[in-house]
Amino acid sequence: MPYLDKAQPEILRPVSNLFIITSIVVALFLNGLPWEGLWLMLRPDFVAVVMLYWCTHKPLRVGIGMSWMVGMLADVADASLFGQHALSYTVLAFGGVVLSRRIRMFDLREQTTQVSLILLLTYATYALVHWQVNGHVAWIYFLGCLTSTLLWAPMSTLMQSMRQTRVDRE
Amino acid sequence: MHTVPPPLTTYYSAVPTKMDSTQTFQVLNRGPGHAARLVFFVVLSFLLMFVDTRYRYLESSRSALSMLVSPIQRLATLPNSLWQQASDFFVTQSSLLDENNALRLQREKDAAQLIQSQSLLQENQQLRLLLALQQHTPFASQFAEIVYAERDIFKRKVLINKGSYSDIQPGQVVMDDKGIVGQITRVYPWLSEVTLITEKDHAVPVQVLRSGLRSVAFGAGDTSQLSLRYMPVSTDIQNGDVLITSGIDGLYPPGIPVAKVEKIERDAAYPFAQIICLPLGGVDKHKQLLVLSAMPRLPERPAADPAPATGKTKVKKAEVH
Repeated sequence: MPYLDKAQPEILRPVSNLFIITSIVVALFLNGLPWEGLWLMLRPDFVAVVMLYWCTHKPLRVGIGMSWMVGMLADVADASLFGQHALSYTVLAFGGVVLSRRIRMFDLREQTTQVSLILLLTYATYALVHWQVNGHVAWIYFLGCLTSTLLWAPMSTLMQSMRQTRVDRE
Repeated sequence: MHTVPPPLTTYYSAVPTKMDSTQTFQVLNRGPGHAARLVFFVVLSFLLMFVDTRYRYLESSRSALSMLVSPIQRLATLPNSLWQQASDFFVTQSSLLDENNALRLQREKDAAQLIQSQSLLQENQQLRLLLALQQHTPFASQFAEIVYAERDIFKRKVLINKGSYSDIQPGQVVMDDKGIVGQITRVYPWLSEVTLITEKDHAVPVQVLRSGLRSVAFGAGDTSQLSLRYMPVSTDIQNGDVLITSGIDGLYPPGIPVAKVEKIERDAAYPFAQIICLPLGGVDKHKQLLVLSAMPRLPERPAADPAPATGKTKVKKAEVH
């Protein structure tokens, strides 16, 4: 696993905008699959994890503003309050951008602990807004935070390898 | 693959000198810092949320953005519908025959009841004419299918495949063959959002079929149940009572089944009885739904404190009628 070993520098091709946009669209698609019942509770927030990946790995390209816009799209897709996902993704992007250097230095296990805090903060923001507006908190919602954290390692490995193979092909 | 040294150009991009210089330029040109951006977008989000909860100004921008998102959503529901089409295709003949037989039996049974109910309807109209009461208007319905269920576990909402292009309006009532399912709360061009009756604090005015007692059924939110609130302990209600819409709110047509009383707790310590009901309609089950057309408008509610002169004219008008 070259991603676990930070001794040798990774050579990753500069990411194209198309790749970033495609990954976000795919994440929106995965969020949009007909999840129901228990699966809905266990569903990780793919969009949040993908946005966090780009905010940590390309903080100059994908930042708070971009995350906010994707959050607005997620708001429309989920028919939630306008700005609710946008707010939580803004918090997510802030965490990702501020911790980006540190996270890129770490291996996957350490990354996961860092990412779990950011995701917890994101989920808490969303739940807090919901509590303020609707007056009750569904604690089971935080299960999604757990699965999103678990998704981080395979997701970032996948993204790194996709960026890597493009170099190999050249 | 990694043993092969990559070409020099790729190394070059990783060499710090050039990369770093461009990065510092970008850092210098980036304008406001992270904290400033965070504050800006957080304030913007709060502003939007405030406007969205208090007023309804943002519906047009929401439907504009939904044009961007809805292709992705359609695509996401595609595997499911393809799977269903495939399973429809491989249905066996014997199961089709069985279903056909069952439907035929059901139809004959229904036809007998329908004839009876038609004569009753006629009779009812006659009686209402004699009593000079307002006629019940029959309601038209539109067929719709659930595109997907809401993917927010806080909410009990579904989206159906008819929107403002099919003349759907917010407030219309959605039912299936058994009873009320929900109400349309938001309309997009090709989709509309149905809030289910089990949504937290969603209210349906109901009437007990057996005794005619009026009440309001509220959704429980986290479970597929309804509850009747503020009913006195001595109230005349029993397990198994069917609740139908009373129609006094001008939104729900009267006489549609809503729920069945499941459990009644009469605790003398509390002033009200706790009544739990289960919805009769397949609130979380079926895929096909009926959207009822809007009800005729009720007459305006009289002012709370009318002047004596207008009160007199109203009385006179009533006598004239």
